[in-house]
Order: sequence, then structure tokens, then C-alpha cells
Amino acid sequence: MIHLTILLIFAAFLFSAGVYGVLARRNAVLVLMSIELMLNAVNVNLVAFAQYLKDLTGQIFALFVIAVAAGEVGIGLAIVILIYRNRETIDVDKIDLLKW
Amino acid sequence: MTGPDVAALIIALVGAVAAFRMVTSRNVVRAALYLVVTLAMVGATYILAGAEFVGWTQVLIYVGAIVVLLLFALMLTRAPIGRDTLDNQQRLLALIVGVGVLVGLVFLIQGAFGGKKIAVHATHTQEVGASLFSGYVLPFEVVSVLLLAALIGAVVLARKDDTE
Amino acid sequence: MIAYSWLIPALPAVAFFVIFLLGSRLPGRGAPVGIVAVAASLGMSIVVLGQIAAGHGPFESSIQWLQVGGLRLEFGEYIDGLTAVFFVVVCLISLCSQVYSLGYMKGDRRFSSYYAFLSLFTASMLNLVIADNLFQLLVGWELVGICSYLLIGHWWEEKENSDAAIKAFVVTKTGDVPFLFGIFVLTLAAGGVANIPQISNMAASGQLGTGLLTVAALLLFGGAIGKSAQFPLQVWLPDAMAGPTPVSALIHAATMVCAGVYLVGRMYMVFAPSGHALAFVGTIGAITMLIAATMALVQDDIKRVLAYSTVSQLAYMIASLGLGPAGYTPAFFHLFTHAFFKALLFYGAGSVIHAVHTNNMSEMGGLGKRMRTTYWTFAVGTAALIGIPPLAGFWSKDDIIATAFNTHHYAIWIVALITAFLTAVYMTRAFLMTFRGEYRGEGHPHESPAVMLAPMVFLAGLAIVAGFLGAPFIHGAFHYWVAFPGGETERFNWALTILTVAVGLTGIGVGWVLYRDYREVDPLKRLGGLWTLWTRKYFMDDIYNEGIRHPIQYPIAGATASFDRTVIDGAVNGVGLSTRRLSGVLRYIQSGNVQRYAVFLFAGVAILAFVITRL
Repeated sequence: MIHLTILLIFAAFLFSAGVYGVLARRNAVLVLMSIELMLNAVNVNLVAFAQYLKDLTGQIFALFVIAVAAGEVGIGLAIVILIYRNRETIDVDKIDLLKW
Repeated sequence: MTGPDVAALIIALVGAVAAFRMVTSRNVVRAALYLVVTLAMVGATYILAGAEFVGWTQVLIYVGAIVVLLLFALMLTRAPIGRDTLDNQQRLLALIVGVGVLVGLVFLIQGAFGGKKIAVHATHTQEVGASLFSGYVLPFEVVSVLLLAALIGAVVLARKDDTE
Repeated sequence: MIAYSWLIPALPAVAFFVIFLLGSRLPGRGAPVGIVAVAASLGMSIVVLGQIAAGHGPFESSIQWLQVGGLRLEFGEYIDGLTAVFFVVVCLISLCSQVYSLGYMKGDRRFSSYYAFLSLFTASMLNLVIADNLFQLLVGWELVGICSYLLIGHWWEEKENSDAAIKAFVVTKTGDVPFLFGIFVLTLAAGGVANIPQISNMAASGQLGTGLLTVAALLLFGGAIGKSAQFPLQVWLPDAMAGPTPVSALIHAATMVCAGVYLVGRMYMVFAPSGHALAFVGTIGAITMLIAATMALVQDDIKRVLAYSTVSQLAYMIASLGLGPAGYTPAFFHLFTHAFFKALLFYGAGSVIHAVHTNNMSEMGGLGKRMRTTYWTFAVGTAALIGIPPLAGFWSKDDIIATAFNTHHYAIWIVALITAFLTAVYMTRAFLMTFRGEYRGEGHPHESPAVMLAPMVFLAGLAIVAGFLGAPFIHGAFHYWVAFPGGETERFNWALTILTVAVGLTGIGVGWVLYRDYREVDPLKRLGGLWTLWTRKYFMDDIYNEGIRHPIQYPIAGATASFDRTVIDGAVNGVGLSTRRLSGVLRYIQSGNVQRYAVFLFAGVAILAFVITRL
């Protein structure tokens, strides 16, 4: 028997750390890593509830999230590299053309 | 506190510390390695909770593939090292928001599921596979197409333009 | 056919849009479109009039446009004899004016827009005439006003012309204010019904109190005073001569000014039960006909003579309506005949002006020898206006004067006789000064092109024969077309007729004696004070300027303007300025930094979560 709250609070901590990383990190690759952290938090939730409710659907969804996350990282890193090639930097706060 | 509880607590603590170090580290490569630890601990919780197939998938794809990909990206973009360059000006703001989210979630979780327990039962890979290829076969195929598209997209985006 | 009467105003309206949008790209720069449209309308009008004459009763139909509270706004048509007669008059004069303009406005810089507005003018007037409810009538009424503004100011490059246009607009608008309130009063009193036949029925059956009807009638008459240039708002019409002459003809004969008379006629059920309202109408008419005729005596501008003559003749119609139901038919009979010979006179004046390039009769003279057709047609028009039997004006004017006598309105009768005398004098004067004697101007005037003469000859023919439609001997049909219940009366009296004709002939004689030979100094100057009074238009322009305009313009308008500049503009600019300042601060939020946006996103989600779960 495992307390459900241990897993859920672990997931909440991962998510919050991910939020902090997305907001505070300057390097685009680190921002992507932080997003991975948030996705993992979601997966922990899915699996925890799948086991808690004895329903396989949560696990299946976790698998799909992993697959989609893999694709997302691939595309995200391709964009990062493209930006680096064009601007010689991947600092997110320097990429601010979308403004007044 | 049962045995699995203690194990889960230890795994969660290690993962949490690694996650915290990952988002505060001054060294990008170290941050990536902390990410490996965190992801491995997440995988461990899956296995502990009885979802062994998802756990091994986690280790294989995340630790094996995605982190490697991230390390390659760090190498290719020659990421600089040091706190001043790794964090931006709104660290404090981000901290407030992050802590706010954490506090909110913890209170919600405690209020909704405090004291609830998981009866650990191992789900075999066979069950997962049967479910995946019967009820979820269409989403599975769609995900394969998505990955193909991501593959092509990544190649197109990252390719050097030869026409210039 | 009657059911399709709505096509009559619709055709010129369509012509307006076609000409206005396509303009110079059309063949003939748009003129043929307008002419064909109005000719088609005229054809339909004649058919409709024929059906009315054949005894097809009043026709009404309407569609709901929108409903506001208890008030239903409708588009509809109400066709009776009055409507049909107006259809014919408006379309006929409009057609003549458009044909005439082919010559008169040839090579004008805004030829297409001129034709567009002529079409719109016609359509507006026809809409006013066809309207079966007060609000539709108001739409036509205001459109007529704006069209006359546009056409009077057609040559707006000269300030005098645009001033005249503004004056016409503002002065008629002054009358529109009471008119609008009259509509409100009537509609409210009738319980949200704006339908004219229904209101008429209510008024006739006594459902609306006499006091209320008096108020409503007087308010409505305010609009008629403005539109039909009656005392004390007659000042705009002479200035409106600044417009092109065919427009003057259209305004004076068929549209604009006739709208006021039409309004009184259309709403006559509201006027008829109220003795006070009728007395007021009659008095205004009598005052106007007299002062306008005296002012016409002293004008040098040939168009102004005709303008004052129009005011005076309209006053005949108004006064006739003031006589009670018996005066109803004579008023519209006079309007009918007047349309032909007044348009004819304007075309004649336009032809003369076209030839000598001046409006001043002191620079004309002797044109009879050089412009034979103009001369003869103008002579017919003059004789018709004076009322020489058996021309059109004789029948209608005699009808009014006889009715005044028969209904025991002796004051109006005497004023009408005096005015008839003055009319004869000033028309003789204008005729002699223009066409007789030696030419006093420069250059070699020549006859106008055939396209201008054709409408004149046509109208001259009508000015001769139109009167027989209402002639008493042969039981003229007009009195069956346009009739008001209770208006049957003794219509012909030899003694009165002989008296009226004698007065007219005396006027001609006096005019002949005074103006047979041209004199540098007008013989009427010997009247001294009266001459000054007349040339200064009874000082009414001055009274309006000094008494109304200046007190408004300087203290009130000045205060308003400074209030506008400081407070209103200040507020507007302040809003703009503070918005800019605020946005200067706020735009830093839009930094382009996606992480900053993400902070707001997550903070927002967190706050929302807190709020929703009430932690």
C-alpha cells in the first residue's frame, strides 16, 4: 500500500519546478527540459490514478504522452537550433521581436 | 508507514531534490544530468506503483533518447555557463509563481485525496499491450503518424539551406 | 395598375443610384437615364390618374418596416385623386426640366451629379406624395429639402450660391421643427398610428378633440410655412434663385414648395374641424400673397420677380385652403395650373438668361425681336399668370377668388383682388422690360436651342388648355379628381368673374403706362418710403440678421464655440492623451518576452485556482 498523496505531491513538486524553470531559465534548451519536467508530472498523476482506480486507461495515456513528448522535443530542439543558427543565441529573453 | 511507502518517499525525495537542482543549476550539462536523475526516479515510482511497462518505457525513451537529444542540442548551441547567463531577470517573480502553484496544488491534493491509498498490484505488459492494440489501436496509429511528421519536420527545420 | 404605383417614385430613385454611381461613364453622362426613368414614371402617373378618373377609389397598401414599442413604422402607398394629380404634375415638370437642362446645363462641370440629384429630387417628392403615413412623408419631406439644398448650391464655388443653399436649408428647417412636433402630437394622440387615412378617419369621426387637432394642425402648418415659403419664412425662396434655372422651375412648379401645400391638403381632415387653424392658415396666406406681390414689383432680377410671384401664388393656394372645405379643390386646381405656367415662365427666364448672361432686366430689353419663341411662350405664361381668360391661370385663380367671396371671407377676397392687380402690374413690368424696347446689354443674344424651346412650347400649350380641366361650364373633371367632403359650392358667378378679369386688365394697363418706355429710374421710386420698404424686403432679412442671427451668433455661438474648444475638445483630447500616456506605461507589459507572458499565464491560472477553490 502506498499513500496516493506521496505520488501526487511529488508530481505537484515536479510541476512547480517545471513552472519555475520555464519562467526563470534563459537558455531555450533548459526551458524545454523544464517542460519535460511538467509533462512527467502529468504522467505521474496519470499512472498514480490508473493504479488507484485500477483502470489501465491512465497508463495508456501516459504512454501516449511519452510518445508525443518525444516528438515535441524533436521539433523543439530543431527550432532551437534554427534560431541559434540565425541569431547566434538561444536566450529566450533576447528573442522578443513580437512586440510593439 | 509501510515498506512501499518508505520506498516511495525516498524515491520522491531524491527525484524532487534532483528536479530542484536541475532548475537552479548554473551548469547546463549538470542540469541535464539532474534531469536524468529526476526522470529515472519518476520511472522508479511507476515501477513501484506496479506500472512496470510504463516505467521501463520512461527509462528507455526519456533517459535513453530525450536526454541524449537535449545534450546534443546543448553541445550544438554552445550554451554558456554561470548563473547570470542561465537565469533571466524575473527569477523572483518565477519563484513566487512556482511556489504559489505548488502551495495551491498541495492544498488541493491534501484536501481531495488525503489518506487515500493505492493497493499495489502489478499490471503485466501483456494487459497493457492487449488494451493498447484493441481499444486504443487508432490513437496508436495516429501517434505513429504524428511521430513521422515530427521526424520530417525536425529534419526540414534543422537542415542547412543548401540553396544559399 | 394603381397597386404598382410605388414604381413611380422607385424609377427615379433607381435612376439616381445608377447616375450617381456610374456618372460620366454612362452615355450622355447620365442624362438619358434620368429622362427615361421620369418619362416612364409620367406614363404610369397618367395611367393611374386615368384609373382614378374612371372611379377607382382610393387605394392603400403598406408593408411594415419596423416596430418600435407601440409605434409601427411602415412603407406604404395611398393613392387618391390628389396623389395622382401630384404624380402627373411632378413627373411632367421634372421631365420638362430634365429635357430643358440638356441645353441649359450643356458642358456643365458637374453635369452627371446634377442629373443624379434631379432624379433624387423627383423621387423624393414622389415618395412624399405617395406616402400613406406621416413618417414616410417626413422622409420624403427631408429628402426634398436636402435635394433642394444640393441643387440650389449646384455652383457652390461662388459663396453667394452656397450661402443661398444654406439659407434655404436652415429657414425651411426652422419650419420643420414644429412640423416634427406636429407629427408626434398626431401620432401620440392617435395611439401610435401614423397612418394618414386612419388619422383622417379618426379626425373626421371626432375621436380626436378639436383642441388637439388645432394644436396639431398649427404645428403641421409650421412645416408648410417653411417649405412653401409663406410669411414669415418666405425669405429663402428668392435667394434660392442662385440655383440653375431648371431647378428653380422644378422647385417652384412641382416639388419643394408644393410640398407644403400638399401637406396641408393631405392632412386637411386635421385642419378642417378647427376654425382657428383654418383662420390662421387663411391669414398667413393673405399676408404672404400681398407682401410677396409688392416685393415682386420692385425687383430687377427677372428670376426674383418670378420667385416672389411663386410665393404670392402659393399664398393663394394656402389662403384658399384656409377658406374651409370649399377652398380645397380650387387650391389644388391652382397648384395644377400654376405648375405649368410657372415652369414655363422660369424656362423663358432661363432662356433669356442663357442668351444675355445676366439676370438683370435693366440690362435686357428688346429681346422680343431676337427670341421669337421665347417671347411668345413667355407671353402665354404671363397672360396665364395674370389670369386672362381662357388661359389656365384664369380658371384656377378666379375659382379661388370666387370661393373666398362665396364663403364670406371678404378680407381674403379683397386681398386676393389687390394681389391679382399687383400680379398683373409686375408681370407686365417684367415682360415689357425684358422683351420690349431697345436691347440695353452687350453682345448679340440669340434664340436658345430647340431642346430648350421644346419644353417651353409644350408647356405653353398646357398653360392654354389645362384650365379647361376645371372649367365650370364643361363640368371640368378636376373637381371630381380632387375633392373634399363638404366642399361642394357654387362655383361660378359672372359678376365676380368680370370683376376679377377687370382688375387684371387694369393691372396690365397700369403696367403698360408705367413701363411702356424704359426709364433709367424706375417710376415706382416715386413711392418713396414704400419703394424702400419693398426693395428691402420689409426689412425681414435685416430683422432676422440683427434680431436673431447676431444675438445667436456672437454671444451664444461664441460661448458655445469656446465651450466646445475648451471643454469638449479638452475632454476629447484629454481622453486621447491619457490613453496614450497609459498605453506608454502598459506597453511595457507587451515586451515580446514569451517568458514574461508565461508568468502572467501561470500566475493567472494559480489565482483563478485559488479563487475557484476558495483556499
